[in-house]
Amino acid sequence: MNDEARQKNPIEHLLRMDRIPHIWCPGCGIGTVVTSFAEALRKSNIELDKIAVVSGIGCTGRVAGYIKLDSFHTTHGRAIPFATGLKLANPELKVVVFSGDGDIFGIGGNHFIHAARRNMDLTVICVNNFNYAMTGGQVAATTPTDANASTAPYGNFEQPFSIPYLADAAGASYVARWTALHLRRVTKSIQEGMDKNGFSLIEVITPCVTLYARRNRLGDGLNLLKYYYDKSEIKHGADTRDLDISYQGKLIVGKFIDRERPNFIDAMNQHMSTVLGDDYELYGRINND
Amino acid sequence: MNQKIYFGELKATKGEIHIIRDRCKGCGFCVEYCPKDVLALSDEFNIKGYHPPFVENEDNCVYCQLCENICPEFAIFVTKKEEEDVEKG
Repeated sequence: MNDEARQKNPIEHLLRMDRIPHIWCPGCGIGTVVTSFAEALRKSNIELDKIAVVSGIGCTGRVAGYIKLDSFHTTHGRAIPFATGLKLANPELKVVVFSGDGDIFGIGGNHFIHAARRNMDLTVICVNNFNYAMTGGQVAATTPTDANASTAPYGNFEQPFSIPYLADAAGASYVARWTALHLRRVTKSIQEGMDKNGFSLIEVITPCVTLYARRNRLGDGLNLLKYYYDKSEIKHGADTRDLDISYQGKLIVGKFIDRERPNFIDAMNQHMSTVLGDDYELYGRINND
Repeated sequence: MNQKIYFGELKATKGEIHIIRDRCKGCGFCVEYCPKDVLALSDEFNIKGYHPPFVENEDNCVYCQLCENICPEFAIFVTKKEEEDVEKG
């Protein structure tokens, strides 16, 4: 045991080890996504001082507290507006929003739409566990129809958001969906998203064992990973209109959108220089080293 | 299959698995998804009362690091065995 205690996981320099063990339940997949994110940071040679992680509230909102980078734990749903401000105040930063489905698409849905519409240069990692897990498993904007939740004891009758479709329609530059089981593909997508000059969304479907799986009698984390293994199908470039998730139905995963659009700062610079000419000083120092 | 024809003198990389037992919450992801079935859940308890995995047959490990990546608790990692160590056994 002494020998084990001395050894360190190679991603420990990216984590605030004084807070580990984390609060996530046994069988929860958020830790796996954090590992994938840390792997992506290790593989891409971005300076760690130039990365900021912003989280909202919720189980996934805790990520900002566990990652040893410049990180901020914002109020519920306001991770994206905070990140927008961070990016505009310091355009050199790579800003990553790491939050849950309830935070980004439930409470902060409007902020998401507008950040995607403006094509803010953010990387949004949305961990989708199909409910509001931290507060007791209430119906969220992503709960599949017919799934049971604590505020839908007879099953959910609402139509859920299809996250990639929403992001595509709102104008995101990069949209991908994976499950927690697609570890390396999540890592690769996060790397691509951070390199992308524009709004990128990576949706990661993760098991929620204590609430979603228990209320729906789906077993434990292993059973849910087996469901992802059996029912997920990789279809790169699939039409985002076909990506609805039904209760325990097929999961179409892959990289759906990868397009070039001027991001907010570029569009502003271009427009203002056209209108004001030489009077306008270009904003953002990214290429002025 | 005569492996020499295809791989020449190339040898599979070997890994050494390190498990931080007291951090484990016994979810079993590493045991289930290890492609070489290197790990198994032990009957012993760790400090939290979960059953952590143990290395059942380390010789099969090919340093794919899947257990390291899938572990939600950052409790398992693999280091590459240097070739001299492999020869020694």
